[in-house]
Amino acid sequence: MDKNSISQHISRQYNTELEDIRNKVMSMGGLVEQQVADAVRSLVEGDERLADVVVNNDYKVNAMEVAIDEECNVILARRQPTAGDLRLLVAVIKTITDLERIGDEAERIARMAMHISDKSQVDRFHGRIEHLGELAGKMLKGSLNTFARMDAEMAVEVWREDLKLDKEYDGIMRQLITLMMEDNRSIPSALDTMWAARSLERIGDRARNICEYVIYLVRGKDVRHTSLEQMEAEARSKPSS
Amino acid sequence: MNEQTKTHAIDPHLVERREVLDISREDICIEVQALDLYYGQSQALKQITMSIPRNRVTAYIGPSGCGKSTLLRCFNRMNDLVDGVRIEGSIRLDGDDIYSRSTNVADLRRRVGMVFQKPNPFPKSIYENVAYGLRLQGVTSRRTLDEVVERSLRGAALWDEVKDRLHESAMGLSGGQQQRLVIARAIAIEPEVILLDEPASALDPISTLKIEELIYELKSKYTIVIVTHNMQQAARVSDYTAFMYLGELIEFGDTNTIFTNPTQKMTEDYITGRYG
Repeated sequence: MDKNSISQHISRQYNTELEDIRNKVMSMGGLVEQQVADAVRSLVEGDERLADVVVNNDYKVNAMEVAIDEECNVILARRQPTAGDLRLLVAVIKTITDLERIGDEAERIARMAMHISDKSQVDRFHGRIEHLGELAGKMLKGSLNTFARMDAEMAVEVWREDLKLDKEYDGIMRQLITLMMEDNRSIPSALDTMWAARSLERIGDRARNICEYVIYLVRGKDVRHTSLEQMEAEARSKPSS
Repeated sequence: MNEQTKTHAIDPHLVERREVLDISREDICIEVQALDLYYGQSQALKQITMSIPRNRVTAYIGPSGCGKSTLLRCFNRMNDLVDGVRIEGSIRLDGDDIYSRSTNVADLRRRVGMVFQKPNPFPKSIYENVAYGLRLQGVTSRRTLDEVVERSLRGAALWDEVKDRLHESAMGLSGGQQQRLVIARAIAIEPEVILLDEPASALDPISTLKIEELIYELKSKYTIVIVTHNMQQAARVSDYTAFMYLGELIEFGDTNTIFTNPTQKMTEDYITGRYG
């Protein structure tokens, strides 16, 4: 399945429907990306107004998930898609679930930014949270690009980025634990920071899921729960029609 | 099976729901009111009431013998040709009762064209097949005929395939091409409604898709009513779907709804392949 084959059906209406679904996933992705970026910024800059915007925008992400799901249902019922078209729809349905969850994580981070009790304690972690946020944002962007280009090999590259993100997350965890042991008054704000870091780490995992769906879509191979080596081999394998 | 069928008692609220199509009065092309049809003693259609929207594709689905073809043939009075047929109730085309005594049947059939299951081109040239209706109306101008033939063949998505052999026999075309030729012949006389009775059941899958794409394009100019055994085809091409069973209209609604969340259990069982 490659990107161009979507628009080659005898039924032009079918082409339009599939293109439309793809475009909607991309705009949902764009919105979620913005939400994550704003959430991280609101946290590190202590910008409660921005945090409020993020919280108030989450419904848009949810509405897009529902609308795309509905459209996929109608296509499944009316067109009985097969092969690459079927994989596209399955990949879309799964991708938007992950995107919606990423949106929820962004909302969670924004709420943290609004409620974090003692900002001075967290200041020390701004740099690291910001870095974690950048890594997560980059992965999300990467996974959406792979989806847009239907590029399996690029999907593996983005997937691999998650290892860096996990390492950074572990580092922050260790530091926070040390902080809490040294000064137990810092525990409430340290916990908030920990949850924010956890959310960013989860965003990476979900972006990784999207990469796996892209490999499934392009190569027709389900690479979930396999090793990185196996995934690389599948991603390089002969393209499936 | 029989036991299951018994539980499919018809919902008393159904009559109301049948007419709840969200369309305005002027968007109704054909309006069927309490239609009963008998072949001698046996009743083939029971109290059918529904409105067929203009410039949309309406599909009838249902098991063999459910009356969908019979109903379709009522729309251009093809049943008049069958002995012992008795019809009660009314069918209005743009508000005019087509079964009233003042209706000119030939004129009605010009307004309501029909395409059958098996392509039935005349044993004439491609050109003459399409020009036939016009010649019958007394048109002789070569230029008018040429224009209509080209426009109709283009309209039926056949022009590019036959433009270099218009004067060869239509019998030499493939089944799918013949069916599109028959559609071209139907649209040459510019009807309002095109009735399609299983138009693709004798065709291979690709020709079928071409016919379906053609139906999709034709609906901007014509009201299309299609009977099909192939529910997937109804799902692909139609805007509205009617499900019939044993001469009754069980459910009629937006195709998206019928195929994702029908209101009647019978419809659900039929389209999911549980009986029928």
